[in-house]
Amino acid sequence: MPRAVAGPEIERLIQLLSRLPGLGPRSARRAALHLIKKRETLMSPLNAALGDVLGKIVECRVCGNLDVRDPCTVCTDAEREAGTLVVVADVSDLWALERSGALKARYHVLGGVLSPLDGIGPNDLNIASLAERVPREGVQEVILALGATVDGQTTAHYLTDLLRDAGVTVTRLAQGVPVGGELDYLDEGTLAAAIRARTPI
Amino acid sequence: MIPSAIGRWAWTSRRETDAAVEWSDEALVTGVRRHGEASAIVELLTFTRGRHMGLVRGAFSRRLAPWLQPGNTLHVTWRARLEDQLGTFSVEPLALRAEALMRLAHAAFGVSHMASLIRLLPERDPHPALYRVCQTILDTFEDPRDAAILMARLELALLSELGFGLDLETCAATGGREDLIYVSPRSGRAVSAQAGAPYADRLLPLPTFLLATQIRPTADEIAEAFRLTGHFLSRHIMEPRGFALSDARAAFIASVARQAQ
Repeated sequence: MPRAVAGPEIERLIQLLSRLPGLGPRSARRAALHLIKKRETLMSPLNAALGDVLGKIVECRVCGNLDVRDPCTVCTDAEREAGTLVVVADVSDLWALERSGALKARYHVLGGVLSPLDGIGPNDLNIASLAERVPREGVQEVILALGATVDGQTTAHYLTDLLRDAGVTVTRLAQGVPVGGELDYLDEGTLAAAIRARTPI
Repeated sequence: MIPSAIGRWAWTSRRETDAAVEWSDEALVTGVRRHGEASAIVELLTFTRGRHMGLVRGAFSRRLAPWLQPGNTLHVTWRARLEDQLGTFSVEPLALRAEALMRLAHAAFGVSHMASLIRLLPERDPHPALYRVCQTILDTFEDPRDAAILMARLELALLSELGFGLDLETCAATGGREDLIYVSPRSGRAVSAQAGAPYADRLLPLPTFLLATQIRPTADEIAEAFRLTGHFLSRHIMEPRGFALSDARAAFIASVARQAQ
């Protein structure tokens, strides 16, 4: 076992940083050293920002998003289309769609997808609140932006059944060739989906 | 075509050199659970070794993620230093059906339900007959009625493999083989129309298609078959383990019934 080169406080910082996504022990060590060297300009503001967020973070009671206010920034944005609701599995999916800038809609975060193997059923997700929200807010289109996995699409079918009598149009994301994707490297399922979803030029 | 592929890939090899264990088999993906950032613990139903788990490195890469979806059939090689370790799988696709299954509501629910049934099997205990039924169902999902018939048979087969098989051959009261239209909810044995008449309200209906494969059942008979298998699955397998029948099962049955209307 390598001998410790720093005190226990710094070793603990490295250990905690190594738990972050994308960081292993070696990169955590580099990040910790960087923070230590930039104590005034980086570590101190980071410490304050972490404290601020920790004290204020809440789950939006309308959509399930994580923010520092409730209802969240997305739900209180008056410029968003009220008639379109995008259903996502996780907050990370909401952030990804917002990054794309492809639509200005409202969201509903399920908090996961149905997974019988993991014991996740409809009651474990924000599904009941979705069923209440759609008629209450006069939603006209529900976009199911769920992963192209068996669990994701099982959830999509479940929600489609649930919203069958709600008088809304239910759509889901298209599947096909990713930008930069070469056909030769795509799996057969993706290619079949792409052929089925072809569009006229 | 998968049924014909069974046999072609149904060989296993085992190499024990320097305390390493390795075998290859054909397997059906039933579950994938993230392990760390890039790896996954994959749950498979193998042809000759039953339900088996193992680590797949890089499981969420663009190449592997589409292969590691429930419903796909893979050729897998498992390696470990010792037999009882988790081990690692390397995989190659044999039949990639997940995309087709995801498109159909009843198929998506059916695959989820099938995976939850397979999870009831003990690990590393071979069940080649169940494997064959699962493969056949997966190739039949385009037709909801055929898939439902096979799913009911899979549930019967699972009960049998776990030691709670129903006796649908002879009447529990008379020993006769004719006119069997009920099943006793206690013993799981068939009862003839005559012997069961006084207790008809307490007996479960026995759909005739479960006795003879050539009979094409109605939607009501399919629903009766699931009521029958659901009763014994709950009683013998789920309730003792503190589980309930899966939501996916109910959704599969509802989806099939809706399409039959």
